[in-house]
Amino acid sequence: MPREITYREALKEALDEELAHDENVVIIGEEVAEYNGAYKVTEGLWKKWGSKRLIDAPISEAGFIGIGIGASMLGVRPVMELMFYSFAYVAFDQMMNNAAAVRYMSGGLIHCPIVVRGPANGGTNVGATHSHTPENIFANMPGLKVVSPSHPIDAKGLLKSAIRDNDPVYFMESTVLYGTKGLVPANEELEGGELLIPLGKADVKREGTDISLIAHGRAVLTCLAAAEILESQHQISAEVVDLRSIRPLDEETIMASVRKTHRAIYVEENKPFCGIGAQISSMIMEQAFDDLDAPVLRIASADAPAIYSPPLEKMQLPVPEEVVARALTLF
Amino acid sequence: MAKKSVPYSDAPINASLSSDEKIELLRTMVRIRRFEQAALKAYNENNIGGFLHLYIGQESVAVGGISLLGENDHVITAYRDHGHALAVGMGMNECMAELYGKKTGCSKGKGGSMHYFAPDKNYWGGHGIVAGQTPLGAGIAFALKYRNLTGCCLCYLGDGAINQGSYHEALNLASLWELPVVYIIENNGYSMGTSQVRSSAHPEGGLAARADAYEIAWDKFDGVSLYEIRAKVQTAIDRAHKESKPSVLEILTYRYKGHSVADANAEKYRSKEEIQRYMTEHDPIENWKATLIGEGVLTEENYKVIQREAAAEADASAEFARKSPFPDESEIFDDVYWEVDNRTASGTTGRHFFHG
Repeated sequence: MPREITYREALKEALDEELAHDENVVIIGEEVAEYNGAYKVTEGLWKKWGSKRLIDAPISEAGFIGIGIGASMLGVRPVMELMFYSFAYVAFDQMMNNAAAVRYMSGGLIHCPIVVRGPANGGTNVGATHSHTPENIFANMPGLKVVSPSHPIDAKGLLKSAIRDNDPVYFMESTVLYGTKGLVPANEELEGGELLIPLGKADVKREGTDISLIAHGRAVLTCLAAAEILESQHQISAEVVDLRSIRPLDEETIMASVRKTHRAIYVEENKPFCGIGAQISSMIMEQAFDDLDAPVLRIASADAPAIYSPPLEKMQLPVPEEVVARALTLF
Repeated sequence: MAKKSVPYSDAPINASLSSDEKIELLRTMVRIRRFEQAALKAYNENNIGGFLHLYIGQESVAVGGISLLGENDHVITAYRDHGHALAVGMGMNECMAELYGKKTGCSKGKGGSMHYFAPDKNYWGGHGIVAGQTPLGAGIAFALKYRNLTGCCLCYLGDGAINQGSYHEALNLASLWELPVVYIIENNGYSMGTSQVRSSAHPEGGLAARADAYEIAWDKFDGVSLYEIRAKVQTAIDRAHKESKPSVLEILTYRYKGHSVADANAEKYRSKEEIQRYMTEHDPIENWKATLIGEGVLTEENYKVIQREAAAEADASAEFARKSPFPDESEIFDDVYWEVDNRTASGTTGRHFFHG
């Protein structure tokens, strides 16, 4: 029987299993070991695996992320935690030049099997500096892979695959999702005995016939809630497509859905300018123009830095009612 | 006649050098200089694009340190990387072809002058962003320690790199985690066109003395003599191997050419007289040549042969590069993702590239 566990527990299971699977896997980050994780994702792992496998880093992202990248060139498989993905910006040179481009600049002689994971979301009243959503920024750089799971099952299966991947994978979670629950199969009920979800495969989270709501990360949950409203109040059948992996991208599943429903909205908590929705809507326009009965719409967070004021911050992020309202304009 | 004593020649690591090994050190320095002179010629003939940061005048720093390395010892450096590349054993042909942007280059023409790599020779680049390699050097040392290997990483940087935050973060972590990394500041006096006085606040002891703040052992010394460099770098390597602790070494050196060949002010922010003084009084090749002649290991005739052979090798490498093909357009998308290159399940799932 699949168990119901939280997104946080799913991540922890993935880390625990990969620590067991490969002795070169090492977890490094601020407060990941003795403190048990700032968001408790690594809770209990230091006690179980010890100080060689779980290493507390000082607040020094450029330093410890760079060390992880250097170690990965020699075959260590570091899983780095950023307490907030916003802190990637102080490690930007390491993440954007060294991890992303060293393979290319060496003509393929070097590769960096590193995962950099952490929460990349707004909506928690922490102001602009701690609310960045850089998935579009990193997905823009060839050589990098960007993953953003929405459900516990995806969080576990994708993180295990990311750790086994031989390219740098930037794995973006959400503090808002850490406590959400979902069904995750136990290993013994799986063929092969473990949950591995490949990067580059989208998942249709809800089937529908009238409109495609395409999203990544927490916006997938927003779309599922919107789909419920569209069905119960407007007799509109919405399909919800969860990208899961932004780069590599499963364009076949996106296009198949659009060809079926003839309408599409991309929903994300990222900023709108050159966001993931901009990329996806452009691809839909190029590849499925004749299948569309309406323009592709994009819904993103409000185009301003994340505001602190709690009631207003709620208005900055996409909510189901907004998705419903915009969807209705397409019919 | 009593043998003239050269400082540090008696250090064990130097006393054990054979005559042939001493000649090889000379040959490597001469080859580096001849290679770069040929590269400069090729640049001026418009065969090379972008930047060309020449190492001429600093050869002893790379050759001295790298000559000490064993099986589990590694090297990483910044963008002035040709000397280190030849010192670890990379060939002139692949290095020159890389400058020409050719398929036969060490990075298949994808990296250029600043991005040479040879992981099979424990050489991890060749990094373009100032100080960007300093956390990587600590990371290589981290990997050695994690894998229970007795080794170290020599991480070279310029004097201009010491003001970058990443260097300080790397020093703190290297000390805190006891990483076997040796930072070697190649102090040529100028960060591009800005002199040390105008760019770096530091303790009286020098740039390396900042290491005191991180409880890291440091030393500062002149870089004209291979004996002195080898003796003092060996001390730091021993510290890495035996105690798993980092060091910072500041080696005083001088670059005869500009920051890069495109440095139009190379003779404006410093005087011609200053450059000339270093060339006549502080040339590492001349110094080593004189030492070996003094020891009776080398003759003027042998030296001429070494120079002639190195020049011919450099000319031949330019010819090799000239005749080599450029990479095929289809190769633009190779070497981006390991999984794609190796056609694994991961590399063939989903779309990885978004052009066209």
